[in-house]
Amino acid sequence: MSSSASDVAPRRPLLAGRGLLWEAVILAVGVGLFFLFPYDLGFLSRILIMIVFVLSLDLVLGYAGVATLGQAAMYGTGAYAAGLIAIHVTASPLLGLAAGAVAGAGIAFVSGLVLMRAHGLTLLMLSIAVAQVLQEVANKARPLTGGADGLRGIRMDPILGLWEFDFIGRAGYWYVLTVLILVLLFLKVVVNSPLGLSARGIQESPERMRAIGTPVYWRLVWIYTIAGGIAGVAGALAAQVTALVSLEVFNFDHSAEALIMLVLGGAGRLYGAVVGVAIFMLVEHVAAAVDPFNWLFLIGALVLAVVFFVPAGLLGLPKALTGLVRR
Amino acid sequence: MSAGLEVRGLNKAFGGLTVSKNITLDLRPGDRKALIGPNGAGKTTFANLITGIDRPTSGEIRLDGRDLRPLSAARRVRAGVAKTFQITTLFKRLTVRENLRLAVLERERRGLRMFARADGDPAVEHEVAALLDQFGLLRHADAPVESLAYGQQRLIELALTLALRPRILILDEPAAGVPSSESHLIVEAIERLPSDLAVLIIEHDMKLVFQVARSIIVLVAGAILTEGTPSQIAADPRVRELYLGAAHG
Repeated sequence: MSSSASDVAPRRPLLAGRGLLWEAVILAVGVGLFFLFPYDLGFLSRILIMIVFVLSLDLVLGYAGVATLGQAAMYGTGAYAAGLIAIHVTASPLLGLAAGAVAGAGIAFVSGLVLMRAHGLTLLMLSIAVAQVLQEVANKARPLTGGADGLRGIRMDPILGLWEFDFIGRAGYWYVLTVLILVLLFLKVVVNSPLGLSARGIQESPERMRAIGTPVYWRLVWIYTIAGGIAGVAGALAAQVTALVSLEVFNFDHSAEALIMLVLGGAGRLYGAVVGVAIFMLVEHVAAAVDPFNWLFLIGALVLAVVFFVPAGLLGLPKALTGLVRR
Repeated sequence: MSAGLEVRGLNKAFGGLTVSKNITLDLRPGDRKALIGPNGAGKTTFANLITGIDRPTSGEIRLDGRDLRPLSAARRVRAGVAKTFQITTLFKRLTVRENLRLAVLERERRGLRMFARADGDPAVEHEVAALLDQFGLLRHADAPVESLAYGQQRLIELALTLALRPRILILDEPAAGVPSSESHLIVEAIERLPSDLAVLIIEHDMKLVFQVARSIIVLVAGAILTEGTPSQIAADPRVRELYLGAAHG
């Protein structure tokens, strides 16, 4: 080795201390919101669950560059899995969560075997189709899923045997916040790993990835499976906190909104998902209260503005603004 | 069995159009061969047959006696056959260092690891730094590839392929699009390649070919016209005709 080549950093820890600033901020905000809005914990929990869901899409779209519109397939499967486990097997929240993750990952793996061979518009259409098929299956399997009436009668044991799910959703909120932070830390490790780097490589040039010996198709199936597991966790959280699973979990709107939130916040950055969901759902919450008929107009305008003026998403705003000033 | 790449009686037809006719050639460790020929002679097709992008209609391709034909393009890379792209194909928004790191990690088959830092292995980082140094890219190591000049991107193209530690290296027009003022960088980089590496250069630029190749193969209409040392090829009346004719036409 030459002398100039030897000045490389020593082995780094998985999660560097300074790099955890964002997670600390999100945790602090999460804790603060609990005390500021004690009567909106249901809504706040929904936001946190949505963040977990959008994070799963970020791994597929933001990192690997695969645009899909069927992320709800894994979310819905996770929700039904968690609900069914709670009713028929065990009311333990953590086992339900694990079931949701496994079910989401499983359905992502199986559908990914087909989807990851497709590209562009074909992939978009096929991914929508997967979610629609699952919705219809859930609808027809009425004895098991309750069909259009939804899956009812979900009762959860206390979390770790200690914290009972209460009517206001206090325990549920802490539970969801904890899971969100864990998912964020998990994804932070993943996106900085060799696997994460290869995902970005595939986004940049699948052709070159093949030329450096990567089995691109299998790599994508694997990434899609991991993302499916996380989407399954989000679905399971929703099922456990609301104690209800309806056919809507597979709705196309759900996948599409996740995509819009991600683009809004900034794809390819974990905190883009966080910011995008928070802003989208806050605007929706406030605007829908002010004008229940036209609030979508505001969301539309917001998305248009971001796409035109800050294509990198709202997280790219500071950089775009400083660039403007310097010019 | 013998070391290196052996191609025997290779044919390729697209429908009724035969683009490779009975090509037989050897590439041994340390070889510096060039494949030249007019446009449409089938040079790129030949490279694609070796790297597995296209499948031959008939004929044999062996690496150290091992049949390469059943292997996919990605598997052939792992077996030791690598090619640079004629049109620069890099991970543009990643930094130069990340580009090379990715290639080293994939070569080491570590691409599936998710509970380790991509930049966390000192051995990998040392290797990447050494490659950056070898190609004079240390100064630009942490700049996104897309921000660099084209000549430097061609060097990264070469470094990225070399990071795979291939035994057979195919350079597809390594100096394509590089201004002549920078082409010496490419020549120097080729001259510094490991001496036991087998190199096949596909090139239009005769000046570059005569600078780096020790043996030249002339491909015309899909078939090998002749093979010889640069001085033999330069003196061959058929080759002169071919290139002068092309120059006049």
